[in-house]
Amino acid sequence: MAKGIWVFAEQLGGQIKKVSFELLSEGRKVADTLGEELCAVLVGKDVAGLAASLGEYGADKVYVADNAALENYSTDGYTNVVADLVKQYEPSALLLGCTVTGRDLAAQVAQRLESGLLTDCIGMEVADGQIVFTRPLYAGKVIVKASVPEARPAMATIRPNTFPVASNAKAAEVVTVDANVGDVRAAVKEVIRVASERPELTEADAIVSGGRGMKGPENFKILEELADTIGAAVGASRAAVDAGWIAQSFQVGQTGKTVSPILYVACGISGAIQHLAGMSSAKCIVAVNKDEEANIFKVADYGIVADLFDAVPALKEEIKKVIA
Amino acid sequence: MKILVCLKQTFDTEAKVVLDGNGKIDRKGVSMIVNPYDEFAVEEALKIVEKDGGSVTVVSVGDAGTQDALRQALAMGADDAVLVDAGDTELDEYSTATILAKAISGLEYDLVLGGFRAIDDGSAQVCGRVAEILNIPVVNVITKLEVAGGKATATREIEGGNEVVEVALPAVFTAQKGLNEPRYPSMKGIMKAKKKPLAKKSLADLGLDAIAPKVKAISFSLPEARQAGKVLQGEVADVTAELAKLLREEAKVI
Repeated sequence: MAKGIWVFAEQLGGQIKKVSFELLSEGRKVADTLGEELCAVLVGKDVAGLAASLGEYGADKVYVADNAALENYSTDGYTNVVADLVKQYEPSALLLGCTVTGRDLAAQVAQRLESGLLTDCIGMEVADGQIVFTRPLYAGKVIVKASVPEARPAMATIRPNTFPVASNAKAAEVVTVDANVGDVRAAVKEVIRVASERPELTEADAIVSGGRGMKGPENFKILEELADTIGAAVGASRAAVDAGWIAQSFQVGQTGKTVSPILYVACGISGAIQHLAGMSSAKCIVAVNKDEEANIFKVADYGIVADLFDAVPALKEEIKKVIA
Repeated sequence: MKILVCLKQTFDTEAKVVLDGNGKIDRKGVSMIVNPYDEFAVEEALKIVEKDGGSVTVVSVGDAGTQDALRQALAMGADDAVLVDAGDTELDEYSTATILAKAISGLEYDLVLGGFRAIDDGSAQVCGRVAEILNIPVVNVITKLEVAGGKATATREIEGGNEVVEVALPAVFTAQKGLNEPRYPSMKGIMKAKKKPLAKKSLADLGLDAIAPKVKAISFSLPEARQAGKVLQGEVADVTAELAKLLREEAKVI
């Protein structure tokens, strides 16, 4: 019988992603409730040294697949390795962060194992011996609770920032496995990383977003300054993206990214339903808008009715004072 | 070049979603559109064929109403369409991909395109699963695609940037926003679309038995509406100072 709650420990350039620690922290509770082991799967090149850090968040065991050909993520290489491991050890569940990599890998592994996969989940609980996952549909307009009742492993990708990290120091047993990378059919020719000191939008604890009220691309500078004061990512509404003021990868909403930061500051964003769908799971929403009738104020925890060109720089200075 | 595009019909992005008396998502009276990400896929297929020649076939799994979405793709310029009516089959990503792959495996193709996700369930897994079943590679979330000499070069979104990937065809590619700007069907296109072939198939026509889904939905609910909070009144200097203090001391988020 399939046993073991597995977490894919995603790493980039030798750094484990925070979402992986979040999944281990919450996965610990699930494993304890079900009376199963909690295991992490660590895949990459020269990553064995990271295994101990996974024990700190509750992993009983860490499977390490270390191979030079796994240095960069490839759909085929990682799918081959993870699917082989799952076939060999037969865990009951496999959890991944809902990141670009997690999403890509999860779909391929799920199909190879002919199992079910719930993506972008925002909750997880055990009921009647099954893991029940909560996930938004229509970018959050509806919430569904669902499970993978029979196929194993039950798979899910979980949205970053869903669970708090909890240290649970364990000396994890490290199991080194042979990594059969196989044929990688899509060859990466070039990697272009846009240098940014700011956190990734979908994983950021705080986001400062601009909309139509920004009036032009040059004005995003004032958002960046506020963002850098609080270590936030910068985002945008569809209106700002469609106007060509900021790249599409910054878009938050139903046709952009869905985010769950602790703090979301919406500047000059009216609050169209398709934008709200992408950010209303933020823990605290601040709205700055000239129009006091703007929809965004209906969801904001704190609102300021003012010209953002006055209010945002002033807010930056005031925040500097209180966090000093 | 023979290109297949997997297409899904979804609720309009502006649609308000409500539950019916049985606690299920109410589909009555909701205006339906082509999943916007699939429109990027249709547009990309048309662009490739306009340049290099070939044909574009759109494939969907749905019910009779899904015809409208396929007709829209035909009006944009696709050559023909295949609609698989899944009947009573419960569709999850596994069963949908199984049906799509079966429909596709009976067709000729060099390239399979689709949106990287649908805006309804946002699963972002059907095209990847199709590639796995067909045993061909998949390149997800692409923002650029060039096809030449039996190979494709695609730019895909990765964390904090992009990567350029080269892959031999046939392969599956999933479209991200930014790949192109989909055309609107012209009046002439709409008229022509009415006469283009649209093959309707049942699971039995594809040689498929009933397929059991892997995922089970337990319950649906509407999210708790957020309550409007405090709107601070006064001079900018005062309200921003007050807000900074509230964020620090009351909300404890900075």
